[in-house]
Amino acid sequence: MKKRLLPILRAGALACGVAVLSGCASTPRNPDDPLEGFNRAMFTFNESVDKAVLKPVAQGYDYVAPKPVKIGVGNFFSNLADPWIGLNNMLQGKPAEALSDWMRFLFNSTFGIVGLLDIATPAGLPKHDEDLGQTLAVWGVGEGAYVVLPFLGPRTVRDAAALPVDLSGNQAWRLDHVSTRNAFRALDVVHTRAGLLGADRTLEESTFDKYAYLRDFYLQNRRYKVHDGNPPIEYEDFNGAAAPVAPPLLADAAAASVGRLELIDPTAPGPPGNGPGLQLEVTKR
Amino acid sequence: MKALILGFSLSLAALLPAQAAVTPPDDLVRSVTGEVLEIVRSDRDIQGGDTAKILALVDEKVLPHFNFRRMTMLAVGRDWRQATPEQQAQLTDAFRTLLVRTYSNALTQYRDQVIEFRPLRAGAADTTVQVRTEVRQPGAQPVAIDYVLERTDAGWKVFDVIVAGVSLVTNYRGTFTQEVRTGGIEGLIRSLENRNRELAEGAARS
Repeated sequence: MKKRLLPILRAGALACGVAVLSGCASTPRNPDDPLEGFNRAMFTFNESVDKAVLKPVAQGYDYVAPKPVKIGVGNFFSNLADPWIGLNNMLQGKPAEALSDWMRFLFNSTFGIVGLLDIATPAGLPKHDEDLGQTLAVWGVGEGAYVVLPFLGPRTVRDAAALPVDLSGNQAWRLDHVSTRNAFRALDVVHTRAGLLGADRTLEESTFDKYAYLRDFYLQNRRYKVHDGNPPIEYEDFNGAAAPVAPPLLADAAAASVGRLELIDPTAPGPPGNGPGLQLEVTKR
Repeated sequence: MKALILGFSLSLAALLPAQAAVTPPDDLVRSVTGEVLEIVRSDRDIQGGDTAKILALVDEKVLPHFNFRRMTMLAVGRDWRQATPEQQAQLTDAFRTLLVRTYSNALTQYRDQVIEFRPLRAGAADTTVQVRTEVRQPGAQPVAIDYVLERTDAGWKVFDVIVAGVSLVTNYRGTFTQEVRTGGIEGLIRSLENRNRELAEGAARS
């Protein structure tokens, strides 16, 4: 049964992938979200956990902690993440960025008083955003299905698989002293949540399907990070009845991303994360 | 005296075309964001969440620089073609109300962020450009906010805002397509209008 279904599924996925590429979404189900049923359940669960515990704690922290403390906490955890970010830059073949990240760690850990101050950014060493999921993407690993993890929230299958390694690579999350480590983890989570409090209302009001909005936001944002801020963007014209004309938009950004795409996965039939690569991923599972 | 007035009006006439000359897109974004944030920063009512005042500010300073018809078209996607001109106008209207209402609230969050403009990469003949900015905040990762503008007869108009790589306009397409699939174009218009009504009532209550 399974064997007979597979070629059909694959052909369907290919057709759908081609359809998506040509801009025609013909399947009723969201191709980016084959696990939607499970995901929606997990999303609801996470929302209730957030509402009952995390958000009130984050609001308390936000109210109690003075601004310099919050900035210090943010810098502190940001600093502890830099060595791992540097390693990922190295693994992605970007040694200059990697060196910059490690220099940041050195400067901020010493002159920046164990990372409470970020003196590296004004000194010309910008903060980067890398993780193992992005490294795997650069190596050509497809993102896989979208999945909402309990407590941890949205991921792709690829990023979920990389997550345990990512967490153990973060200095704050692997201290030997158990109670300090747990306190650090809790503070890190609460601080991060507090930083998102301002977006809550906008998110709540701006959409009639928060789950779908967040999913699309997460996936787009991940692809953007994988492309280091130069994702291919194209605006169609839906005014005429004729086939959409691709406007000559952002030629340089597009050219840059094409260069990157070729580095990422020369065998992919289209831009990664834009359809076919993902489709095939999904059916293989 | 007459000559003076004549000379004055002549020089005014000579000045007019120069004033009508199109402001470059990056200058436009820079001056509008600068002006609006200056007002937000100095206005206690806005910081306290005075919705009417925020809406008035956005209405006057920000909205004239947006092309909401194009934004709505991009948010609706393929289904835009099967909408009648009246439906397209209704969609544009409802979507504009939703965007203005929800994102104006975000202005009240503005405190000590700094906006940095990144160099504009565009040729003189380009009709679409992306003005790239970075919002920095101490103790937090910088957030990239890009404005995509197109050249029209009435100057440069923003038709997309991209936050951290995510188009705030096309990010609606998934939910909009879903609405059209279940209730048609009319269903989408109704959903948008219902939402706007809820938000207006919520604002009136608070």
